[in-house]
Amino acid sequence: MQFTIAISGFVALYIFMLAAFAGWVIIGHVPAILHTPLMSGSNFVHGIVVVGGIFALLNASNVLEQAIGFFAVLLGAGNAAGGFAVTHRMLAMFQTSGHKPAHAKHGHARAGHPKKG
Amino acid sequence: MLTIIPQLIIGATDLAAAFLFMYGLQRMSSPVTAPSGIMVAGVGMLVAVLASFLYAFDVSETAKPHLMVNVVLAFIALILGGGVAWWSGKKVAMTAMPQMVALYNGMGGGAAGAIAAVELFGNKADGVTQLVVTLLGALIGAVSLSGSLIAWAKLDRVIKKPLQVRGQQAFNGLIALVTLGVGGYIVLVTEFGVAPLIAMPDLIYLFFGCALAFGILMTLPIGGADMPVVISIYNAFTGLAVGLEGFVLQNPALMIAGMVVGAAGMLLTLLMAKAMNRSVSNILFTNFGAVAKHKHSDIKGSLKPVEASDAGIFMRYASTVIIVPGYGLAISQGQQKLFEFVKLLQAAGVGVKFAVHPVAGRMPGQMDVLLAEAGVPYDLIFQLEDINDEFENTDVALVIGANDVVNPAARTDKSSPIFGMPILNADKAKKVYVVKRGDGKGYAGIQNALFYGDNCDMVYGDAQAVLVKMIEAVRGLGLSAAA
Repeated sequence: MQFTIAISGFVALYIFMLAAFAGWVIIGHVPAILHTPLMSGSNFVHGIVVVGGIFALLNASNVLEQAIGFFAVLLGAGNAAGGFAVTHRMLAMFQTSGHKPAHAKHGHARAGHPKKG
Repeated sequence: MLTIIPQLIIGATDLAAAFLFMYGLQRMSSPVTAPSGIMVAGVGMLVAVLASFLYAFDVSETAKPHLMVNVVLAFIALILGGGVAWWSGKKVAMTAMPQMVALYNGMGGGAAGAIAAVELFGNKADGVTQLVVTLLGALIGAVSLSGSLIAWAKLDRVIKKPLQVRGQQAFNGLIALVTLGVGGYIVLVTEFGVAPLIAMPDLIYLFFGCALAFGILMTLPIGGADMPVVISIYNAFTGLAVGLEGFVLQNPALMIAGMVVGAAGMLLTLLMAKAMNRSVSNILFTNFGAVAKHKHSDIKGSLKPVEASDAGIFMRYASTVIIVPGYGLAISQGQQKLFEFVKLLQAAGVGVKFAVHPVAGRMPGQMDVLLAEAGVPYDLIFQLEDINDEFENTDVALVIGANDVVNPAARTDKSSPIFGMPILNADKAKKVYVVKRGDGKGYAGIQNALFYGDNCDMVYGDAQAVLVKMIEAVRGLGLSAAA
């Protein structure tokens, strides 16, 4: 049995095309109110580059490659962790009139529900 | 035989990650499901990163003697990079979000560029196609890295002014051509046996040097107001670079995640440019400040200052109020006070809504986040196209720290630099209060006819201080009524 993945030529183009289409359609539905979390969220998703960084570092065979590979993992991990942290923080803030805040970490006194006139 | 199981696991987890990313992003399309969306995507990331250490079972012969060191290095890099970014992400103020996103984005671009560098220095590319794709990813990643860093510096006010020199565009074009030329030369030397004039490692250094320089030079002349669009473009660039390097490493998860973000980032960029009524190329290759310098003010009427307390009391007795917040509110950190004032109005039976312009703040949607942070429920927040028709039937429009996004010149004055930009129709409300620090102009540097309108009064002062006075005035009323 062989599980090595081999993607070449047109197969790669098919993957790229379908992924681009999916991204376009998925994002097209996001309301403007969520554009900032969306931008940081998609920013988080390309943090997957850290996986490529780990692959490159593990396969490094001299000091130069090790140094650059280390750099790749360092930056990729920063992209992923930072992107997740800010997106999660922002999304936790969105709430409707009927609900208490999911997170009240910042210590702002939030009076209960606004009374309806 | 030993390599089959790890390969199977890596393949399966990468597949799962690709699915979870898309499913997570899809859940982010509504405020209700969005928090779970980022968790779903987070799980995908965690699984993929953990599984990637299984690559250790299948490294190249030359790397085997270094494997232990490499694994340790990978752990250190992961914990160090992830830890610092996590900590900074938890700490950063919501107002500083645009530059933080720029920074994280630059990191991603840098990582993609670094992966390409390892491939290039190790001469690992298998054939012309792979080499070209590696170089392309390296170019885009490097531009995204250095460009994002400049964007961060501009947003963080480290660099304060756009830097413009005569002939800059031509010079930037030249640098771009040189970069592509060096890239092409690398292909010729490696794949077609052309004798190199410069030795190979130096050629790669030159290539990266040119690409990084291009990113810097391209971003320097762009004004601060346009940085959100630039960040969005670099976000798409990084996605693209990651996708291309994914092909080089034969990793479909990287290809899919990268390309999804690339397409999403492009769409977001176009939406933003549309909200500013400008084309993307106009933003990248001309400067807003330069256009806006023209003098144009034949506006009739006068500015009518009023006291904050009077304005507050007027709103207390109105039946509908629409609030238009702008970045001036965020600068004075007045969101909390604003929501306190809104709750007072609501308690008095006033219908209050927020109208947010797509480019309010320093990145699209940032004002929504800032209001959410202050506790404003999102069902009170309306976007331009949903609320614009309501202004004419509204008693009071309260404009706080916003200027260009309510400038009627965008509708009427063809010579105005913002002509055609969709604006909030605050001027159509029966009464308009504008809270502003002074007579200064907005980012576009143009006069605002709204302020001179018969129905408009100016409340001068820092947004937060003004809101405190409004709150006191309305509270004072409540007390005297109760007495």
